[in-house]
Amino acid sequence: MAEPRLPESLIQSLGAQLTPVRRLPPPWLRTAGWLLAVAALALALLWHYGAEHMIRRWIAEPDIAVAGIGAVITAVCAAWAAFTLGVPGRSARWAWLPLPGLLMWVGASGLGCLRDAVLPGAEVAGVHQSVDCLVFIIGLSVPLSLLLIVLVRRACPLRPVLAAVMIGLASAAASAALLEICHGFAVAATDLLTHAVAVAIVVLANAAMGGRLLQPALR
Amino acid sequence: MTDAEAQASDSPERRRAAWMAAAQGGDRLAYERVLGESVALIRAAARRQGVGVDQLDDVVQETLITVHRVRHTYDPARSYDAWLSAIASRRAVDALRSQGRRGRHELHDEFAYDNHADTDDVAAAAEREQEARRLRDAIATLPPGQREAVEQLGLKERSLAEASADTGRQTGALKVNLHRAMKALRARFHGES
Repeated sequence: MAEPRLPESLIQSLGAQLTPVRRLPPPWLRTAGWLLAVAALALALLWHYGAEHMIRRWIAEPDIAVAGIGAVITAVCAAWAAFTLGVPGRSARWAWLPLPGLLMWVGASGLGCLRDAVLPGAEVAGVHQSVDCLVFIIGLSVPLSLLLIVLVRRACPLRPVLAAVMIGLASAAASAALLEICHGFAVAATDLLTHAVAVAIVVLANAAMGGRLLQPALR
Repeated sequence: MTDAEAQASDSPERRRAAWMAAAQGGDRLAYERVLGESVALIRAAARRQGVGVDQLDDVVQETLITVHRVRHTYDPARSYDAWLSAIASRRAVDALRSQGRRGRHELHDEFAYDNHADTDDVAAAAEREQEARRLRDAIATLPPGQREAVEQLGLKERSLAEASADTGRQTGALKVNLHRAMKALRARFHGES
């Protein structure tokens, strides 16, 4: 079957508009760029609060340290998945990448809750402190999400909702990890629930906006 | 052996990857070649998504324009065909969705038509008014670039050069946008009149 002539003229006019473009850096490099911003925030918090309190808590309750490391791994993997999903032709299976870190984060936090239930007497977050946590996590997640959105939309995510979920997860996990630095009490059920609510809010807000926010090239 | 000969002896897929890499650097000849070879691949990807023969040209056109906009996302170390097919599949799904939406519009209008007497002048005037409003609505729902082209070239009757000076866009871009807009409007009103 002969190809119709229509694309010919379009190809010529696209050729006439061709300008050299700067290739998008690979996803891992773009992930590293975003992590630099997170690291800068971590340094600022460490400078303000000091590491001593955090390390003392980690020695007393190692599962908090494990949960914190899980959150960091989740943040790194979810950001990497978001940047990779921004490139057309990459597999949707990248969305599974944050799962191990997520299991470690949630699992270790859950163990902390369980231990507090078995061994009462640990300092447990009250409703007031939980609200502070929520404000802290959302307050950090929103700018971190916005930065990720700006970076991801330079590419062309063909699955915007999946990419938005990765963005939400990455920024919520990163802010939960940052919260470790200035957290004043043990992980408890209310605390874990606060994290879950904050993550859900960020993920849903991102997912709801994803279609419009992430695909300027497809409009 | 020259570069061109070296490329010609490669597999077609690697040749397209090399062309697209050159196009990212601004090589117009390589770009037109790779787009030319892409047409058949786009049609194949669209057919796999279940796009009908009558819509294949639309998908080809939309995909070529999307490729143009996101050409910076192509990584020459990876498959060009996979990159292109992903964009084409997405555009095919978009085309199927918009066809579904149009189907609902038409059903709705038929219903309105059945319940509308157009025997007297008042009704005819009202209908003309409705037609005009529908056209205005249709223009308003066009993507910003296309809307701008229709407004500048169609409604304000500016010349290409004037419109280009006014909007800061290249005349080629305006032409492409007007072409796409007219096609979209025709597709939208086809069967409704």
